[in-house]
Amino acid sequence: MADTGILESLLRLVDKVDGGIDSQVVASSLGVDHQVVVGAVKSVQALGEVIEAEQRSSKHWELTGEGQEIAEQGSHEARVFKAIPEEGLSQSQLMKLPSGKVGFSKAMSNKWIHLDKGHEGGPRVFRMVESIEDVVRKKLQQVQMGHSSQLEEKEKNELKKRKLLTEVTVKSYWITKGSNFSTIITKQETELTPEMIASGSWKEKKFKPYNFDAMGVAPDSGHLHPLMKVRTQFRQIFLEMGFTEMPTNNFIESSFWNFDSLFQPQQHPARDQHDTFFLSDPAVAHDFPQDYLERVKKVHSEGGYGSQGYKYDWKIEEAQKNILRTHTTAVSARMLYKLAQQEEFTPVKYFSIDRVFRNETLDATHLAEFHQIEGVVADYGLTLGDLMGVLHQFFTKLGLNKWVEVGNSGVFRPEMLLPMGLPEGVSVIAWGLSLERPTMIKYGINNIRELVGHKVNLQMVYDSPVCRLDS
Amino acid sequence: MPTVSVKRDLLFQALGRTFTDEEFDELCFEFGLELDEITSEKDIISREQGDQKASEASDVVLYKIDVPANRYDLLCLEGLVRGLQVFKDKMEAPRYSRVNPLNGDPQRLIITGETASVRPHAVAAVLRNITFTPERYDSFIELQEKLHQNICRRRTLVAIGTHDLDTISGPFTYTAKAPDDIRFKPLNQNQEYSATQLMGFYKTDSHLRHYLHIIEDEPLYPVIYDSNGIVLSMPPIINGDHSKISVNTKNVFIECTATDLTKAKIVLDMIVTMFSEHCDQPFTVEEAEVVYPDGRMVTYPVCIYLCMLLRLCICTVLISSESIAQLLTRMCLKSEVTSDGAEIQVEIPPTRSDVIHACDIMEDAAMAYGFNNITRTTPRTYTVANQFPLNKLTELLRLDLATAGFTEALTFALCSQEDIADKLQKNLKDTKAVHISNPKTAEFQVARTTLLPGLLKTLAANRKMPLPLKLFEISDVVLRDESTDVGARNSRRLCAVYYNKTPGFEVIHGLLDRVMQLLEVKPGRNHGYYIQAAEDSTYFPGRCAEIFSHGKSIGRLGVLHPDVINSFELTMPCSALDIDIEPFL
Repeated sequence: MADTGILESLLRLVDKVDGGIDSQVVASSLGVDHQVVVGAVKSVQALGEVIEAEQRSSKHWELTGEGQEIAEQGSHEARVFKAIPEEGLSQSQLMKLPSGKVGFSKAMSNKWIHLDKGHEGGPRVFRMVESIEDVVRKKLQQVQMGHSSQLEEKEKNELKKRKLLTEVTVKSYWITKGSNFSTIITKQETELTPEMIASGSWKEKKFKPYNFDAMGVAPDSGHLHPLMKVRTQFRQIFLEMGFTEMPTNNFIESSFWNFDSLFQPQQHPARDQHDTFFLSDPAVAHDFPQDYLERVKKVHSEGGYGSQGYKYDWKIEEAQKNILRTHTTAVSARMLYKLAQQEEFTPVKYFSIDRVFRNETLDATHLAEFHQIEGVVADYGLTLGDLMGVLHQFFTKLGLNKWVEVGNSGVFRPEMLLPMGLPEGVSVIAWGLSLERPTMIKYGINNIRELVGHKVNLQMVYDSPVCRLDS
Repeated sequence: MPTVSVKRDLLFQALGRTFTDEEFDELCFEFGLELDEITSEKDIISREQGDQKASEASDVVLYKIDVPANRYDLLCLEGLVRGLQVFKDKMEAPRYSRVNPLNGDPQRLIITGETASVRPHAVAAVLRNITFTPERYDSFIELQEKLHQNICRRRTLVAIGTHDLDTISGPFTYTAKAPDDIRFKPLNQNQEYSATQLMGFYKTDSHLRHYLHIIEDEPLYPVIYDSNGIVLSMPPIINGDHSKISVNTKNVFIECTATDLTKAKIVLDMIVTMFSEHCDQPFTVEEAEVVYPDGRMVTYPVCIYLCMLLRLCICTVLISSESIAQLLTRMCLKSEVTSDGAEIQVEIPPTRSDVIHACDIMEDAAMAYGFNNITRTTPRTYTVANQFPLNKLTELLRLDLATAGFTEALTFALCSQEDIADKLQKNLKDTKAVHISNPKTAEFQVARTTLLPGLLKTLAANRKMPLPLKLFEISDVVLRDESTDVGARNSRRLCAVYYNKTPGFEVIHGLLDRVMQLLEVKPGRNHGYYIQAAEDSTYFPGRCAEIFSHGKSIGRLGVLHPDVINSFELTMPCSALDIDIEPFL
């Protein structure tokens, strides 16, 4: 903080004038550098509404070093004129004078002197007029005395060209009284200290007011990814509804479990190279439950269980092909098969949220991998009404009361369930949706790359709010 | 889901009334279709090729309607109108029948043994005394194209050929010959080519080049001749020009050659049921005989009605069986309640090849009833929920890692070979990576074997953010594993990176200590965890340690090698922690 003496002198000056005072004027009347006054203004401002200071800038002309010399000693041409006696001066001697070179040509063009080239003993310079008026010096003296406004712009610019004058921009403050004006400085404390608490000195102190408009300091913390926050909420919803989580930690799946077991024919377009990622290493799967595989083969190629089947030549080679799973329903199929192997059927509710892969053309809403949310209920006598009822409960928990096109739902076909060995009369209802789609809708994100993958903007992750799906 | 585009005015004319767009959208919804777009040829061309090209195009309004993938009977105007009229009780479903020719013997198609290796099946039928109009003709061609693209799987399973029967004479022979031995003038060309020449000729054809691969490498190509040696077609590529049909054609010979006989029968049934409407004897089709190499003779089209019994116990809609029968009849599935009232007898017409089980019938009943009219119920299924232990542990650790000041990243499970090998200074062979055979770009060559590249790429994309950057991810990598049925398994990893002006080994080491504390593993040699100097080309020499827990290696930590930092386009020192969390279950 600037010296209290300066501060109080400043305040006394402000107190004396009506309507305010310029900091430049303060500087000259206190006889200090302008920067000291600026410092004092800042210090007083920090104390609250003692003064108001408005920044101004003004331009004025100042003499350069050479300009000052001329104001004191006269212009070069005048000095040359004065140096020449009645009988003249040889040019070579004249040129040795400090102002010689510049002064000679100026004095010549002013027609104050003339040069006799043919003079015996070398060229010699003589006065042409009796007396001269040193206008340049006069003008500079005027500027020096602060009367630069008396000169015309053209004149000033000419002097500037001769590097005798320079234009200077000065920043200053226009200081007026503030709402809490006082000429006495009370030092304000910035913060409460342990010493003040111990001594009780805080009772006598004045504290600098806080700026409540400023933002606080961001806490030094880690952040969870927004899509994963939404995943947590979906897990929570399923758990609240009594659904058990399926082990979906197997990205590599055989075509058998991903397609054939779901009664998807081997020529189905989804099994095309254009839609599914196939593996070259390891290319094929082994160890299928043999009885079950035969039943799957039969229902595809010949029918059975009340079905006509697809009546085509089902090939084990096609079923063995390893792929990156295209849906988590492959895991549901494994789980339902496992359930069917129990000695006695027990009803189940399953869910999963995990990555699936599609060899699709990528765009703003499609990536080659995304998270699929899936719910499955298996029990005796489930109906379409039950499916609609469960979906309604699920979407109500999501806060989606309107039927939005975000997923698929249905009843698994008997051609899928009966070969597994599930009892007749057991129905399985299921639904699925992507995790990304509702998240993008919820957070208003248009491009999926802004949400998923390494190109994510970490600031977005830092700034993302808590996820409450139902509000 | 195929999209069928029909001219709105033609559609309304056929339906016998006009609709507002909203009314028609509603009707589609009730019938299980979706009015996808209302447009015109002009709109489509101007959107795809600019306004200038569109100036000449027609601005007749087109409805683009999404049709369920297996409803081949709705792929043309004829079928769509028939379905909707029956649904709205405007007409009864027609009765399709197969008839003998009025005069003489049925047309005959003889299959020779040579076809066995390339395309062994063929079926045929005749549409007698048909009357085309320009619209009907276009629809006929369009239906064949739609069938080719969908059920025929781009002609791989089935290829359709239609011919003007009055230009050719049976019996026809379906055989296979060496490409150089086949010569004919193909559709819409002026000269004869050999099959070999044709395959070259069509390499640049924007439409046909997609089908060449089906037979290209075969020693023998399929071909159909008439009794005079005229080539009808060289399936699945092109028909002959000689027998081509036109709007004036009266009698159409249809042949479908196939690798899948079931699909060929369906395709033939579909064409004849859809277009027999325009024959002098509507909804009748003239049969044709197909003779197999072993002398067996089969008459086509199949064109039969199947009967199914619907047991009401699996009915899911609480309405009377009579109402269900009525609903089904409106879906072209003629139904009657049996005398004892316990079952519904349903007749499946040849147009409904998609109905292969009683559950398909129930779906139609539910749709006709209206899904939104079904009363919602709550299943009484009582279950207790369990979390998958690995996911439960992951969820808990994620929270505590964020609490420890690290930010969660979410990176792709697929990446390039370079990401997991070269860039980390590792040999691809040592990575145990699974390889993808058909990636469209290098980004999808392998499944990741470590989370580290994803985190480093996330750092690279966020170099402008204030330092230090502290990131983590807990997710799965994929490793080859002979002991599983598919030969690979996921492994759940925890990976974290610290990126700053100083390497911050102590920071990442501190994070390891914290993770171990969270997992209740104390420091120590035998029953705890410890780290031990290790050599690893990904890390800076002397700045890498292997992490052991309960005597087993669970991962590594250290300061990354400057070359690794460079290869991910990073500029600052970086330390990393990479562990397997499955041992802590």
